[in-house]
Amino acid sequence: MSAVPVSGADYGIAMTVQRNGATPPRRAASGRWKDAAFAWLTRLFALMVFSILAAILFSLVMGSTQSLDKYGISFIWRDDWNPVREDFGALVPIYGTLMTSLIAMLIGVPVSFGIALFLTELSPLWLKRPLGTAIELLAGIPSIIYGMWGLFVFVPLFQSHIQPLLIKTLGNVPVLGLLFEGPPLGIGMLTAGVILSIMVIPFITAVMRDVFELVPPLLRESAYALGGTTWEVVWRVVLPYTRIGVIGGIMLGLGRALGETMAVTFVIGNAHRLSASLMQPGNSIASALANEFTEAVGDLYFSSLIELGLILFVITSIVLGLSKLLLMRLSRQEGTRT
Amino acid sequence: MRINAFSRIAALAAAATISAPALAVDITGAGATFPYPIYAKWAEAYRKQSGVRLNYQSIGSGGGIKQITAKTVQFGASDKPLDAADLKKYGLMQFPAIMGGVVPVYNIKGIGAGEITLTGTMLADIYLGKIKKWNDAAIVAFNAGVRLSDQAITVVHRSDGSGTTFLFANYLSKVSDEWQSKIGEGTSLGWPSGVGGKGNEGVANYVSRIDGAIGYVEYAYAKQNKLATAKLVNREGTTVSPNENSFKSAAAGADWRKTPGMAVLLTNQPGKLAWPITGASFILMHTKQQNPERGREVLKFFDWAFASGDRMAAELDYVPMPESVVVLIKSAWKAQIKDATGKPLY
Repeated sequence: MSAVPVSGADYGIAMTVQRNGATPPRRAASGRWKDAAFAWLTRLFALMVFSILAAILFSLVMGSTQSLDKYGISFIWRDDWNPVREDFGALVPIYGTLMTSLIAMLIGVPVSFGIALFLTELSPLWLKRPLGTAIELLAGIPSIIYGMWGLFVFVPLFQSHIQPLLIKTLGNVPVLGLLFEGPPLGIGMLTAGVILSIMVIPFITAVMRDVFELVPPLLRESAYALGGTTWEVVWRVVLPYTRIGVIGGIMLGLGRALGETMAVTFVIGNAHRLSASLMQPGNSIASALANEFTEAVGDLYFSSLIELGLILFVITSIVLGLSKLLLMRLSRQEGTRT
Repeated sequence: MRINAFSRIAALAAAATISAPALAVDITGAGATFPYPIYAKWAEAYRKQSGVRLNYQSIGSGGGIKQITAKTVQFGASDKPLDAADLKKYGLMQFPAIMGGVVPVYNIKGIGAGEITLTGTMLADIYLGKIKKWNDAAIVAFNAGVRLSDQAITVVHRSDGSGTTFLFANYLSKVSDEWQSKIGEGTSLGWPSGVGGKGNEGVANYVSRIDGAIGYVEYAYAKQNKLATAKLVNREGTTVSPNENSFKSAAAGADWRKTPGMAVLLTNQPGKLAWPITGASFILMHTKQQNPERGREVLKFFDWAFASGDRMAAELDYVPMPESVVVLIKSAWKAQIKDATGKPLY
């Protein structure tokens, strides 16, 4: 992330020099040839991204032809999932995927923001480096470890202490209480969401910290000099300056939450049933795929699982598209304001 | 320098690939996860003795069937036997290789292993969500003297497709009409209630975490992890515990000879001591072997396993095939597995 535009200015100059064809006179002919080859090679690599995406989309659509034919668009809101009767619908996994990711974001984003803020603005110098490294280490832990830790440590804790407390307190609030009903099983959508939030925090934090550090000291110090509190400086100066990076970091975290498989499988309960309560077991798209792919006998079953994959692909694309749209609107507003 | 080193590595690699087949014929199989521990143990012992390496990938029965029909492996393994029509369609033959049992496990505070007795219909009603409490009249009637409280039953099932689920559902379909009409049988089901755990270990974990939970796992798994197993009332009305004897007695009552493809399901078998949820795991092979040498090695391996693998099976709490069935299997090999010229391999 450190390659993002501080040095962007010189970068741009270098580019224009090259574009104007003002090559340094001492460059040998073989050097030019190598340059061209290198440029084409990188172009090829970049194109590969598109072709891989297109190939994935193509094979997902091809693979899900059968279930697309049978259910059409209704696949999305059907809540049946019965391999015996060969009756499939994606509502439960879609709901589970979105809900767990939402919980993860609700917890993860503010916490990550706080950590990044502390690291860049408030932390004593000697703590900065170890804390930053610790966060990067957290990001490197394989997801299955989070899943197992979740099941062995977090679930019992959740079952015996946190869930009974939630049921007793929030469970009695009208409407909101519906989300916190039922026996405390320890596993379920809420647990999955909380585990996910722990998993996305290092990602979002790392990005936020890096972009916060890119704010020119001049801007920041000027704001302090004007008498701004730390909060005002962060809210009015740092955040607007780094908006794109921050949203990018959140999207990175959301992408991970949407697609996370192993950790979710361990704690979500894997039940194809729709329940209002977050304490009840549910299912997510990635988790359903991980569970059922190996033994999916029957073409329609297989095809429905592929279509689940296609839906996840579409959801991720929509999320990314929306974030781009948000950024565009923000920059336009900025244009009118100044 | 660098080119030199690289070419040396390439030459080494080429030499390795060329010389590998000359050393030993490796055989590969893929499929069911349930028999994986015993196949792996047999393979290890067999390699020490004969030098032939068996590579078995436990990717699941469905995957095993796909791999063998695609001819990427020498044998497939499935917990759910293929029916005669499918065998014919794919040009396969099948034989049972090992048996095991599925057992209900529970976690109720203050109640030890083997204290709970259930009938098939009770088990079906619990999994249908009709019996919701441990002190339901039906359960209490069979468990006089056990202090069952007004505790909710949390049903735990497999979330991944599994031969264990297939046997369990097959048994429930045989004993409960409602189960048969509403749920049916298969390696994955549309579960009406409960939570799903991935693999035997997932189910076992959920059961041991949740007070009042009931689940089903393979016997070997339950025994090795000291889970509390329930007794079942079998078809003859006898209350039986899950153990090697009750599994063997289920296998003894089956008619292997007359069932096409030896596709015998050992659930709800007659026999006074028979454990009602017993099953065999099957091996699938092509009837026409394109590579007879490898096919022969597969048969040699299983021949050896049937002859000297029983003790290893017992150590892992599997049930070896009875002698009479092994004789049948061998005659099926002779009659069905042939090379391209039609000569039997065995």
